[in-house]
Amino acid sequence: MGNLERFDPSDWVDRYGDYLFRYALLRLRDRSAAEDLVQETFLAGLKNRETFSGGSSESTWLVGILKHKIADHFRRQAREGSLPDGDPPNQPGEPPFNATGHWTSGPADWGGNPPDLFRQKEFLEEFTKCLSGLSPTQANAFTLREIEGLNTGEICKVLDITETNLWVILHRARMHLRRCLETRWFARGTGKGS
Amino acid sequence: MLSCKDVTQLISESMDRSLPLGKRIGVRIHLLMCLFCARYERQLLLIRETVRRLVAVEETPEGLFLGALSEDARGRIRQSLRSR
Repeated sequence: MGNLERFDPSDWVDRYGDYLFRYALLRLRDRSAAEDLVQETFLAGLKNRETFSGGSSESTWLVGILKHKIADHFRRQAREGSLPDGDPPNQPGEPPFNATGHWTSGPADWGGNPPDLFRQKEFLEEFTKCLSGLSPTQANAFTLREIEGLNTGEICKVLDITETNLWVILHRARMHLRRCLETRWFARGTGKGS
Repeated sequence: MLSCKDVTQLISESMDRSLPLGKRIGVRIHLLMCLFCARYERQLLLIRETVRRLVAVEETPEGLFLGALSEDARGRIRQSLRSR
């Protein structure tokens, strides 16, 4: 499988296009940016076809290229300074802690661990909306950590920040994301008879 | 004595690195006494687990929800590959 004779560009689009697209879309949350990266990945694959060893499958090799493109995308965003590192403006409500560091209103009871959340399309939609509501730095850091699965050292290199800074950014990202999911998803059931 | 604000920061940090022993013990003791922070930790872990499963599902060949390349994009990409 996947020797050089099989390198057929039009075949690539049918065989790997959707898969690579979903992979990119999950991380970029932007359809046209995801499409562009899929195209760039195929073009880079063509250009560097001699680097394909046949030791891995064609799809694994292409995903490897796409991963680099995604990291480049985040790197470029961070470098262009388009990423203000503040809290997102559209976070409603009071700050979570008072002056002495105690909860002003603590996390709500989500009613046990709902099973198979990840199989619910609506949950994915709400999750994506909540992630997009974070500041770009927070969203990118969270994505690289929890979706792409990079360790903190790798993320610091991509975003060109210190580890201490990253811990604070990830903490804020999780804090906002949790609250957003609570509001948009988990609180829907409260007061509703089951 | 760690406040809830400190503890939530440390809960998040513990998801990215191994905390020094002193801090780890401080957090554990706090969590035994604080319903909200304990709940906060459970919910962050649930979110992490859900995201991982979601990613795993979408990264199967079929995917579940994120769909496919549009016909436009498909054509555009084919075109760009042909011109090489």
